[in-house]
Amino acid sequence: MLDQSTRDRIQSDIDASDVVLFMKGTPVFPQCGFSAAVVGVLSHLGIKFKGVNVLDDDSIREGIKQYSDWPTIPQLYVKGEFIGGCDIIREMYETGELMEMLNTHGVDVNPQPVQS
Amino acid sequence: MAMQAHEIEDLIRLAFPDAKISIEDLRGDGDHYSCMVESAAFLGKTRVQQHQMVYNSLGGRMGGQLHALALQTRAPKS
Repeated sequence: MLDQSTRDRIQSDIDASDVVLFMKGTPVFPQCGFSAAVVGVLSHLGIKFKGVNVLDDDSIREGIKQYSDWPTIPQLYVKGEFIGGCDIIREMYETGELMEMLNTHGVDVNPQPVQS
Repeated sequence: MAMQAHEIEDLIRLAFPDAKISIEDLRGDGDHYSCMVESAAFLGKTRVQQHQMVYNSLGGRMGGQLHALALQTRAPKS
């Protein structure tokens, strides 16, 4: 069960920034391919986000799965709303829905120019 | 502990009898799969809800016994 103090800590992490990624490792040094893939998408779109390293804290690592009823990490939150894990983010990125969703949520997006 | 592709398919089939299911063992190690599920049960559901429905059909194995299942879901096109 998700106890209240863990839930409060998760909630304050989610509220700390418009875009929050619960991940394994850090944005600079992801320690899992799925987390790295989402960091790659967010970086490519020039989105500022806060990374929460679940490997630092087992109660957050297990708690976040119960919080969202989602069995895996990474998990992306925008303005407090759970958007999805790696598969969903990748699919939304490919279809352009991710940009659209960020725009409607009023999140700044600065896509990187394609390197030649 | 790994899972066989047909075990995954059987569990999903139980929950979604109408589904078109395709599963690929990405590395041949019984631990990294990609899976596409098409079912009318997904009509009107968000992607998050659709994936949650599939995860629920796997009865808690996702993220534990089943390490990696790249999932795609969709409702049939009318």
